[in-house]
Amino acid sequence: MAFPEPKPRPPELPQKRLKTLDCGQGAVRAVRFNVDGNYCLTCGSDKTLKLWNPLRGTLLRTYSGHGYEVLDAAGSFDNSSLCSGGGDKAVVLWDVASGQVVRKFRGHAGKVNTVQFNEEATVILSGSIDSSIRCWDCRSRRPEPVQTLDEARDGVSSVKVSDHEVLTGSVDGRMRRYDLRMGQLFSDYVGSECGRRCETGREDGGPARGTPASLTYPSLLQGPITCTCFSRDGQCTLVSSLDSTLRLLDKDTGELLGEYKGHKNQEYKLDCCLSERDTHVVSCSEDGKVFFWDLVEGALALALPVGHGVVQSLAYHPTEPCLLTAMGGSVQCWREETYEAEDGAG
Amino acid sequence: MVIFEVIRSKQPIPLQDQTVRDEKGRYKRFHGAFSGGFSAGYFNTVGSKEGWTPSTFVSSRQNRADKSVLGPEDFMDEEDLSEFGIAPKAIVTTDDFASKTKDRIREKARQLAAATAPIPGATLLDDLITPAKLSVGFELLRKMGWKEGQGVGPRVKRRPRRQKPDPGVKIYGCALPPGSSEGSEGEDDDYLPDNVTFAPKDVTPVDFTPKDNVHGLAYKGLDPHQALFGTSGEHFNLFGGGSERAGDLGEIGLNKGRKLGISGQAFGVGALEEEDDDIYATETLSKYDTVLKDEEPGDGLYGWTAPRQYKNQKESEKDLRYIGKILDGFSLASKPLSSKKSYPPPELPRDYRPVHYFRPMVATTSENSHLLQVLSESAGKATPDPGTHSKHQLNASKRAELLGETPIQGSATSVLEFLSQKDKERIKEMKQATDLKAAQLKARSLAQNAQSSRAQPSPAAASGHCSWHMALGGGTATLKASNFKPFAKDPEKQKRYEEFLVHMKQGQKDALERCLDPSMTEWERGRERDEFARAALLYASSHSTLSSRFTHAKEEDDSDQVEVPRDQENDVGDKQSAVKMKMFGKLTRDTFEWHPDKLLCKRFNVPDPYPDSTLVGLPRVKRDKYSVFNFLTLPETASLPTTQAPREKVSQHRGPDKSRKPSRWDTSKQEKKEDSISEFLSLARSKAGPPKQESNPLVNKEEERAPESSTNQTVNKGVDAQAEGEGSRPSMDLFRAIFASSSDEKSSSSEDEQGDSEDDQAGSGEANFPSSQDTDLGETSSVAHALVPAPREPPPSIPIQKMQIDEKEEFGPRLPPVFCPNARQTLEVPQKEKHKKNKDKHKAKKEHRRKKEKKKKHRKHKHKGKQKNKKPEKSSSSESSDSSDSQSDEETADVSPQELLRRLKSLPLRRQ
Repeated sequence: MAFPEPKPRPPELPQKRLKTLDCGQGAVRAVRFNVDGNYCLTCGSDKTLKLWNPLRGTLLRTYSGHGYEVLDAAGSFDNSSLCSGGGDKAVVLWDVASGQVVRKFRGHAGKVNTVQFNEEATVILSGSIDSSIRCWDCRSRRPEPVQTLDEARDGVSSVKVSDHEVLTGSVDGRMRRYDLRMGQLFSDYVGSECGRRCETGREDGGPARGTPASLTYPSLLQGPITCTCFSRDGQCTLVSSLDSTLRLLDKDTGELLGEYKGHKNQEYKLDCCLSERDTHVVSCSEDGKVFFWDLVEGALALALPVGHGVVQSLAYHPTEPCLLTAMGGSVQCWREETYEAEDGAG
Repeated sequence: MVIFEVIRSKQPIPLQDQTVRDEKGRYKRFHGAFSGGFSAGYFNTVGSKEGWTPSTFVSSRQNRADKSVLGPEDFMDEEDLSEFGIAPKAIVTTDDFASKTKDRIREKARQLAAATAPIPGATLLDDLITPAKLSVGFELLRKMGWKEGQGVGPRVKRRPRRQKPDPGVKIYGCALPPGSSEGSEGEDDDYLPDNVTFAPKDVTPVDFTPKDNVHGLAYKGLDPHQALFGTSGEHFNLFGGGSERAGDLGEIGLNKGRKLGISGQAFGVGALEEEDDDIYATETLSKYDTVLKDEEPGDGLYGWTAPRQYKNQKESEKDLRYIGKILDGFSLASKPLSSKKSYPPPELPRDYRPVHYFRPMVATTSENSHLLQVLSESAGKATPDPGTHSKHQLNASKRAELLGETPIQGSATSVLEFLSQKDKERIKEMKQATDLKAAQLKARSLAQNAQSSRAQPSPAAASGHCSWHMALGGGTATLKASNFKPFAKDPEKQKRYEEFLVHMKQGQKDALERCLDPSMTEWERGRERDEFARAALLYASSHSTLSSRFTHAKEEDDSDQVEVPRDQENDVGDKQSAVKMKMFGKLTRDTFEWHPDKLLCKRFNVPDPYPDSTLVGLPRVKRDKYSVFNFLTLPETASLPTTQAPREKVSQHRGPDKSRKPSRWDTSKQEKKEDSISEFLSLARSKAGPPKQESNPLVNKEEERAPESSTNQTVNKGVDAQAEGEGSRPSMDLFRAIFASSSDEKSSSSEDEQGDSEDDQAGSGEANFPSSQDTDLGETSSVAHALVPAPREPPPSIPIQKMQIDEKEEFGPRLPPVFCPNARQTLEVPQKEKHKKNKDKHKAKKEHRRKKEKKKKHRKHKHKGKQKNKKPEKSSSSESSDSSDSQSDEETADVSPQELLRRLKSLPLRRQ
């Protein structure tokens, strides 16, 4: 066994395919790590949610109870409960061990795009296509949300929660950050109202009459926000929008710190994230790759070919260079090149 | 099997097969005849691993001197020497040091315990048995000169005071005259020498025996002295001067001469006894005092030389009065407790009946004072004479009148004072009339109520009328022909009803008859009469009971105001340009005050940033719902997304010229130049297909709305671009947006469109190309993004639009395509064959396979995973392009022709 060559870059990127999970639940809409990164959740289009050990590739439990495809899921800090949202407009709180539905929160008028627990798993925040974010109380038996954040003018595509902030990305091109401690809402405009919206908007015989947008301005169009996330140090926010661009913004001032391009994201709601030590920006792409950029330099570090379809979702391990990608009906687990499976599980 | 066993059992078991086992099935071995059987001890040995071994003989010849004398312990078992054996080897205090018997202190405590114990006198037996020994301490003390009964310490130079003997609890017969003994004491004092010292008084030890029962504090069960020794009176005092403290436990030990034993009838008489009577009453000397002195008082804890306790004479006097034992540590109070004052309940009048009855409460208004009168009359009270008003019925002016003040002229206190004299009189008359009538009615109805229930209103018109007349008497007084309209559906009837009410109010008896329609039949009349009566009743009651609980709504539901967020995200246009210039930060950021819900803060463990506000979310302000200004401001805020976009495009089209003055004509020309292909396409399609305007109402609407929004925008901006094209008048759209309803819009949309295009024609000389092309493109684009959001509409119509949106249409970025798992499975079987065949990797076939099955591919990846991973980037990219191809093939169903065209073009290139 040869000694692994030292890597040129100290932070290693996950590029060795360790495992491929054939989830058997239709298209995998989202893949998410649990809080410590030992397990992962896959949201299937066949209405099920599955819990896996990604390194061993073992299925631990299947959670069924959604009425339509599951679009996002999250685990609580203590791994005792899960929440998920889906096309059935419901947000479901699950008990991990028993696999039973604990609560079902209904109230959204459209598909639930994204769900998140707060830090103590007492509140579930769900963002929906009905352009609202609802905060559901897990503690009380109240059927209606604690608060509805309906400032978005279009569907909410992404919600992230820190200890005192709620970061939301909406199709209206704005990233809104609700700061509970300060009692303020910061709304950052990131993309213009564009993409397909413009094409259709052009139909209205206004000044832009007669111009086929798809041919005229494909490169100029900026898109709705598909994904937002906090950096791990909580100082920056990463925004991806449908103009195939990721932007790193300063959280406090909203200033642009970096821009990352090269991938393709014009149609689908794809995930992006930061690597475990905030060294790299990671994003799905529609051309079947996962793109890694150096966070500071903004240079493309790696385009990891995953497959031929669209990389629908990804999740980055909280502490280790381990990446999960979802393509089609399967989930791939990636580790750094030097990784050796500890117990022969790889 | 069974038979076999039976046969077997008949046969004697051979010796070698006979085994003995214990209850757990283990073998046991015999140890010969002497050992009597089974194994014992340590692994079938005796006691030790080596078994029993005889001690070897050792000659004692040399060490004879060492030979110790064997004691009994040498022959005792180990357990005899253990703690509970017959000779325990633990260290115990010997009797020499255990000062038991003579320790009076302990003795006393023991006696105390014995006295209170359930079996009294149990310790007496111990006393008999235990040998009399003195502890070392006692002996030491004695050697030092201590005597029993004295205290320890230096001697005191104090004359002992004779105390007057404590009478104690029991005094039989007559008490001693208090003065006499004192006097003698006084005499005694005189001849006490000064140089005599006395031993200190012995101290009564504190009894530390825990109280382990649930009796009261000083509870003694049966007095053991009385039970055992009879009364202390038995000890008769020869000198009669003093008496012991009877009942004191300390006495027990001293009364040695007393019979210790049980006496009573129950024990009968012994055989040797001659007399029944006083077999135990032996005469002993101890019964008699041998000294011609007062006996030492008290408990005998004092040595006779011990100083007397100084006690207040008064105290003892007081104690005299108290019958019962005074607890240790307690003394009688010097002051008597002040008794609590008690206040006796008030004396009731003689004719008081303890039953309450409620009088009907009627507010004293001027209008229903008659009712009050009636009521009070019925209650048997005299009506307060109007002349002699009670003070509560006086108001300021009346009081002034009574006092003879001149009324203040300046300010009128009542509306009535503004009326002319005539009117006042008229009002008065009317009031009197109604009062009178109502009073009459009331009285009569009350009488009627008494005799007959008012459940049968119909037979006698009079009685029926009366009942509701009565009922309305009070209620209708405050009636206004206002809110309550029971017959609102039938205006005629309502009118009649109101008339009826008016009549009622005036107290006309034939109110109903008068107001009813003469053309009605008898039956109808009867019915209506009933209805009116009931309605009036209902109203009266509901008015009185409910009206007090409800207030009018402060704002009506259909008010013309809407709540609008106070702060709105402002102009997107600026932001867009900022984004384009990558000037993120202040330019792109809006900051609002936002109030999180209190509970949310709690759940997030964050202090509420606005603890005093009840607001949740963004602060809101009210605005007129239908105000033109509201409309004008809206596009800038809510509708920004849509309206801004076109303008954006325009500016972009203009290229270097960044000035924002959108003119339709210019832009359309420019656009035209740019997209010749699409124009060509649309031309072709418009020729082929039916006119698109009718086919796509949604698009029509879109078209029709866009100018509206754009005009709004222009109005806002103050740049009258539209006016240039269409003259000085603003476009119809603006008006329509404001005044017309949505249905109106829809119906007229096609003509409108026509007009618009005509306008265009007239204005710029362009054919209606753009519009048709436009719609075409709209179509294509919407097809291209079939799953993709419906076009965004201008703001006012947002709610409507949302309703109209097809279920299939989505907002925002769509999800990657779903492949159907079922379809995959059906394809699985043929594919396997192919998999076997396709070892040669024909590209076409490979593609084909991919087309059908994605998952399969993954499997293949697995098979050749390593290989592929090591393939150079180039091949993978080519593969990915292939895959995109195949993918697109998958999607053929919802691919637009445009897209197809594009692919067609690119196809040959890729093949190379």
